Amino acid sequence: MNEIENNIKNQPPEAVISIKNLSKSFQDNQVLCGVNLDVLKGENVVVLGRSGSGKSVLIKIVAGLLRQDEGTVYVLGKDVGSLDIKTLQELRKHIGFSFQSSALYDGMTVRENLEFPLVRNKRKLMNKQVAEAVEQVLNDVGLLQTINQMPAELSGGQKKRIGIARTLILQPEIMLYDEPTGGIDPITCVELNHLINKVQKQYNTSSIIITHDLTCARMTGNRVAMLVDGKISRQGSFDEVFNTENASIRGFYNYNFIHQP
Amino acid sequence: MIDLCYSDQVIIIIHPNNKDHQNQVNNQIDCRLRQCSMENRIDNIQKEEYNEPLSQRVARFFTGLYSIYQFTIRFFKEAFTPPYEFREIIRQCYNIGYRSLAIITLTGFITGIVFTKQSRPSLAEFGATSWLPSLISIALIRALAPLITALIAAGKIGSNIGAELGSMNVSEQIDAMEVSGTNPFKFLVVTRVLASTCMLPVLMVYAALIGLLGSYLNVHQNELTSFTTFIHDSFVRITYLDIFASVLKSTVYGFTIGITGCYQGYQAKQGTVGVGKAANSTVVISMFLIFIEEMIIVQIVNSFR
Repeated sequence: MNEIENNIKNQPPEAVISIKNLSKSFQDNQVLCGVNLDVLKGENVVVLGRSGSGKSVLIKIVAGLLRQDEGTVYVLGKDVGSLDIKTLQELRKHIGFSFQSSALYDGMTVRENLEFPLVRNKRKLMNKQVAEAVEQVLNDVGLLQTINQMPAELSGGQKKRIGIARTLILQPEIMLYDEPTGGIDPITCVELNHLINKVQKQYNTSSIIITHDLTCARMTGNRVAMLVDGKISRQGSFDEVFNTENASIRGFYNYNFIHQP
Repeated sequence: MIDLCYSDQVIIIIHPNNKDHQNQVNNQIDCRLRQCSMENRIDNIQKEEYNEPLSQRVARFFTGLYSIYQFTIRFFKEAFTPPYEFREIIRQCYNIGYRSLAIITLTGFITGIVFTKQSRPSLAEFGATSWLPSLISIALIRALAPLITALIAAGKIGSNIGAELGSMNVSEQIDAMEVSGTNPFKFLVVTRVLASTCMLPVLMVYAALIGLLGSYLNVHQNELTSFTTFIHDSFVRITYLDIFASVLKSTVYGFTIGITGCYQGYQAKQGTVGVGKAANSTVVISMFLIFIEEMIIVQIVNSFR
């Protein structure tokens, strides 16, 4: 982790994701109001917040799955809100999204789940190349043995890993993780955290990690941002964020059990 | 006397030695809690269903219509622009067409037998049982086969599409497709609507032939008519317009079932409840539209006779 932090310090800061004054509401419920956040190249930014604080909404806007009411989101220099469907789809090839529910396609085997984005985005690839790419990413997430299984036969942790593998197959520059350790046992959580760090190093990705798990935040985040009342109330290193007298942030910290990485 | 509301938490301190008093209070709280929770549930349902002003309901109806219009327009745009998902279309044709054969065979065959059996006494009164083949074929080809096939398809195929897309929607699988650079509309909606539009006429023709076979068995049982004579008599009164109109009707029904199922599934919300609603709405709306379309197409075709 220190190596990556040093690299980031030595390079000129280049924001791959730049969120400015972002607001979003659902009917009368104002979820985000004036969020500002930059993600630099090669950096893992953890967004912490309570359930319902709008963390998932934030990354869905970044991926273009939801439209913001106000503000701008620049991803790899493009304003996501103003893109037409075709350009947005092109941009999405550079973004990997790991869903909270894994969102594996029920009717397909693990192999078919992984082949699906690859075949549709790189139509010129030969069958052999597709098979090699699938085996490669499955190897990277340590689940090559599940290649012919159906999603229903996998455990929660395995589904999360396959979900991550499916996004990695397109070699994205940006990874968006929505609750990567949600609903997973503590040991598998730590394994997933190591996997997120491995992905950052091996695939040179910049990531936003949405979580309320402080162990995950401490293990994976180069920077932590605390989302309170629809705004980023505090950001910095893990220790900087929680070294505060702010009652809601202290409360969040005190109610979490932290594993030492 | 205490009044409790739904989800209220109340601490009651009772003297530990007074057991009778304890039991009495406990019983009273239990009864009141049950009553409150039931009242609250009914209140919520009534609020949701009846408290919405008429203007909002009308606005919601027209917004829904506009949304369906947009969905249909998008289908036509996406259907004629590359890339085309040929493999998926063929897979869906297999699912929709081949996998419906068993139920279509059964219903078509039984319809043929029963319709012949029920028509026989009326024709026998006039000594006109020789008209049975042409009567049955006109009824089957002009009306029964397209309608029965469409109603069965609305139940089997429509609900399947609605539930499948609905569950994909609520489990974020459609979002996952979208963020992986794939156009889910093209892959999920266009393929299914095209497959159901293409397969319904095929199933209709199959149902009509199976119905005629059932009818022949009944006729043969009573009159020893040969199969060649039966088929000849059946098609004497059938015109190209009849066949064209039935194929056209089935194509329209297929499109209706496909687009309704996909729309309902694509719009599904509220988790598993939404999936059930999507499947149910698909069947109800499809059947309703099929009868309306039947009425309109029959009027148009009859003006050409």
